[in-house]
Order: sequence, then C-alpha cells, then structure tokens
Amino acid sequence: MTASFATDPVLNVRGLSKTFGSLHVTRSIDLDLHAGARIGLIGPNGAGKTTFVNLLTGVIPADAGSIALDGRPIERLSAERRVRRGLVRTHQLNALLLEETAVDNIAIAIAERDRKAWRMLRYGAAWRACVEEAHDWLREVGLARLANGRVSELSYGDQRLLEIGIALSLKPRVLLLDEPAAGVPSGEAHAIHAMIERLPRDVAVLMIEHDMELVFRFAREIVVLVAGGVYTRGAPAEIAADERVRAVYLGRSAA
Amino acid sequence: MSESEIIRPVAAPARPGLPLLAGRLLPWAAVIVVFFALPDRLTLGANVFIMALFALSLDLAVGYAGIVSLGHAAFYGIGAYAAAICAIHLTPDPILGLVFATIVAALFGLVTGMLILHTRGVTLMMLTLAIAALAAETANQAHAITGGDDGLQMPELEPLLGHFHFDLWGRTAYLYSAAVLLVWFLISRRIVRSPFGRSISGVRQNVRRMRAIGTPVWGRLVATYALSAGIAGSAGALAAQSTGTVGLNAMSLLASGTVLMVLALGGMGRLYGAFIGALVYVVLQDFAAEMDPFRWMFVIGALMIAVVLFLDDGLMGLADIVGRRFSGRVR
Repeated sequence: MTASFATDPVLNVRGLSKTFGSLHVTRSIDLDLHAGARIGLIGPNGAGKTTFVNLLTGVIPADAGSIALDGRPIERLSAERRVRRGLVRTHQLNALLLEETAVDNIAIAIAERDRKAWRMLRYGAAWRACVEEAHDWLREVGLARLANGRVSELSYGDQRLLEIGIALSLKPRVLLLDEPAAGVPSGEAHAIHAMIERLPRDVAVLMIEHDMELVFRFAREIVVLVAGGVYTRGAPAEIAADERVRAVYLGRSAA
Repeated sequence: MSESEIIRPVAAPARPGLPLLAGRLLPWAAVIVVFFALPDRLTLGANVFIMALFALSLDLAVGYAGIVSLGHAAFYGIGAYAAAICAIHLTPDPILGLVFATIVAALFGLVTGMLILHTRGVTLMMLTLAIAALAAETANQAHAITGGDDGLQMPELEPLLGHFHFDLWGRTAYLYSAAVLLVWFLISRRIVRSPFGRSISGVRQNVRRMRAIGTPVWGRLVATYALSAGIAGSAGALAAQSTGTVGLNAMSLLASGTVLMVLALGGMGRLYGAFIGALVYVVLQDFAAEMDPFRWMFVIGALMIAVVLFLDDGLMGLADIVGRRFSGRVR
C-alpha cells in the first residue's frame, strides 16, 4: 500500500480514544498518514467517523492517545493551533462566510495563514496580495468566474468546491475531507470528484465518504470503522472482496 | 482577474460611485453648515456627535464582531469619570483627559472582555449586563472617588490646544466633539476594511469557519471589545468635558439600552448607522421633550417599531433605497 514511502508519517495517531459516558465512540485508533497518502475512512452510520475527525482536529478533546504532526505532538493544542500547524479540514455541512464574496472567503483564510490577520491600520499591499493569491486558488478549484459573487448566491456544489478551495489555500500538510460530495446534486458531483482527484500530490488526505464509488476510486488504502474501532484496513480491492465488511454494511445500513 | 470582475454583486461593499461619495461627504459638510447657520443649537449638536461616537463604538462590537453588549454604558461612564478625575487630580488639559479616559475604558474592556468572551449568545449578553450593573453600583458606592449620588463637578478646563476656551455657547465643545468623532470614524473605517476587521466580521458570520482557518477567535474578540470600550470611553469623556459634570446616569443600564436603540434605529454594521441614529434620536428627543416632556418616549418607541417593522437595516436601509433610486439601479 504505502510501503514505497520509507519516510516518517506526516500524521501519526496512536491509541486515540473517547468515551461519552459508558459509550465508547472511539476505541484506541492507530493511523499513519504519509505525504501523498490517500486514505478512505468508511463505516456504517454511527461508527464514529465524524467523532474521529473531531478528535483529530481538536474540536472535542480526546480521553487518551497521541497525535503527532511531523513528529511533534499536537494532541494538547487548540483546534486553531492545529490548523496553523497544517492540519486542515473541510466540513460535512458548508461552513462559509455567506455575506462575503467567494474571493474574500479565501483571502481571509490566506491572511490568517500568513499571520496578517491582526493588521488593523497598515495593510493595503498585504491585503491586495491575499486577494490576488485567492484568485489563483479560485481558478484552481474552477470558480474563477464566480469570484466576486456573494457566497450565499452560489450553488451548493460551488459552495462545496469553495470549501475545498479555502482548505487548500491554507497549504495543509494533512487534509481531512468530511463527506466532500454529500448532498451535491448529481449534475454537479463530477466537478467535485474531478477536484478531489486533482488535490496536490504531496498533501496527505483522509476522506470520510458514504459514496462508495468515490471512495474506491480515490483511496489507495481504506480503513473500515465499526462501533468506534478499526474493524479492518487494506487496499480497496481487498476491502471490496471482504465478506465481513459487506456483512457489516448490509446488516446495518443500505449505504 | 479582469474577466472575473464583470460580475459585481449589488449588495457587496463595492467602491462607491460618485453619488455615493457625495452622500458620504454630506454629513461632514452639514457639520460645518450647522456651525454657522444654527449658532444657538451647538450644544445639541455636540450631544449628537457624542451619541454618534458612543453608538459607533457599539457598532464595532455588535454590528461587526457580533458581540451583543447590553452594558456598553459601563465604558462610557468609566470614560466620563476618568476624564473628570483627570481634570480634578491630574491635569486640566482636555486632550490629555480624553486620552487618559480612553485608555482607562479600553483597559476595563480588555480585562472584562478576557473574562467573558469565551461565552457567546445569551450568556454573553447577560454577562455584559451584569458587568455594567456592577460598575454602576461601584460608582454609586465609591463616594470618595466618584461623588456617589452627587456626581463630580469638574474644574474649568484649559483652553483646547491652548487657544479655544470652552465657551457658554458650546462652540468649542461642538467642534471638539466633531473632530474626535471624525478621527474615530476614520480609524474605525480603516479597521473594518482591514484583515483584522474582516476576520471579526467572519467570526460574527460563522465562528466554525474561522476556527477552521486557524483564527484565534477569543483573542480577536477581546481586542475588538477593548477597542470598542476605548471609543465608548472617548464618548463619555467628551460628554463630561462639554457639560463639566458627571453623574451616575452616565453609567446607568438605561444608557446602555439607549445606545443599543440608537444603533438599531440607524442600522448596524455600517458605521454611518450610528450617525443617523444619533441625529434622529437626539434631535427628536429635544423636540419632543419641548412639546411634551412626559410622553416623548412614546414618539421614540413608535418610530423604533416602525423602523424595525418596515426597514431591514435601520434608517440606513432607507438611505440605501433612496440612493439606489438616484443612481438609477433597478434592484
């Protein structure tokens, strides 16, 4: 699978656990993401996929386990600091600045990335540079023609692309895609699929997705999560042939 | 970039056209015209500017950063008391008093902001209210410093910049308040267009998005709150210096409610809303109080209901509609 990468993993997760009361939502998960990794995280509803992403990103604190980014522990950092270290996510439901234009949504992220977002009085050239770079990212995700349109007026599929554009503009080391194609009408889905295949090669990507066709096309390794723990993992072909995985899906949901 | 500029949203803040630019210079031209045309109304004019500055400070917190403060009079009152105390104990120089009051109020905003700005929504509103109530009660009890119920009487201030005496007709107070308002307005406008200003507006719109791009949300909000408190303190200092007295009413919860109403009346999140809200409120209060001192609040209340019901964006929303008619746009 990833044996060709002899380097240390970019993201190293060991024994990550979380309980809500007596419910074990995450059971001692181990995961390595190398540069350029393309890992699909699947599992039936309620398997704890989103909780796992929330633990990684620091939205909720883990009870036990370690997370290291480029060899440095980050499990005690706030969510914002993890982002600044290069651990970036997209949201299952769009989280955009709806009153702003598409280009400003990205420019604001770039200003934050470049530590320019504290500037109050002297910012003319710095802000212009952010806006110019933002236009490049919009071209990258295929939204250049909508740059100055209000985000609230974009189609849902275009908003999803903008989510990905914002994430990329932060120049992540690790990118977590939380159901990037969820809820997108089929007419717009191919633009998102194409974008996912065009993601920068050196970024390590972990994707949660219910659309099996998309996952199996995208991922080079698939991790199956059941009841908060890793059920099995392997190459897409192995997983597709695995009778037990099929049973888990057929038994619980019709995904 | 050039091809993408073809699409221009109507509602997004674009560069102002000529009619809009003229509209923006108009208020400042009016300030000068009033000075010469209505020499017996300058005290009222100064009150308008002070209220506008107070509402402007609130606009940064509420309209931009989404911090709904029900206790902004705490900062206004602290500014007023600080200016008076500075004049009594430190120096009769009005500018130094203004700067001193601004810094004291900003520090109070910084400290209280650090304590409460990890909360949001109704909890935060209640905490701002509670802090204002505490501040008002402290001012009431600390008789030795604030004069308690009696308030403070300020000694005569030195002439402004060594030349302009605070005269009986309020000419100096009028121009002084207008100048301070102009300076804070220019600074505020610069800030709301800055990367910082855009990020606090982002926090209001979607805090999840801002965390996801790595924004230190708490720090940004605390900085905004302290800035807003400092401007409110400036307004309080101007009020103290132009009237020569400070009383507990400067800090009252009623004053906190009034400034919120003034801002809502004018329109939030656009700076000029504070101007138009203050102008309408203070002038109407003056008129109505002359005609019927007991029921003038009824007039304000009715106007408030009408504005909230029929205009999306306060009186500035009305200005938008008129502006669009003039520039010939259909939408």
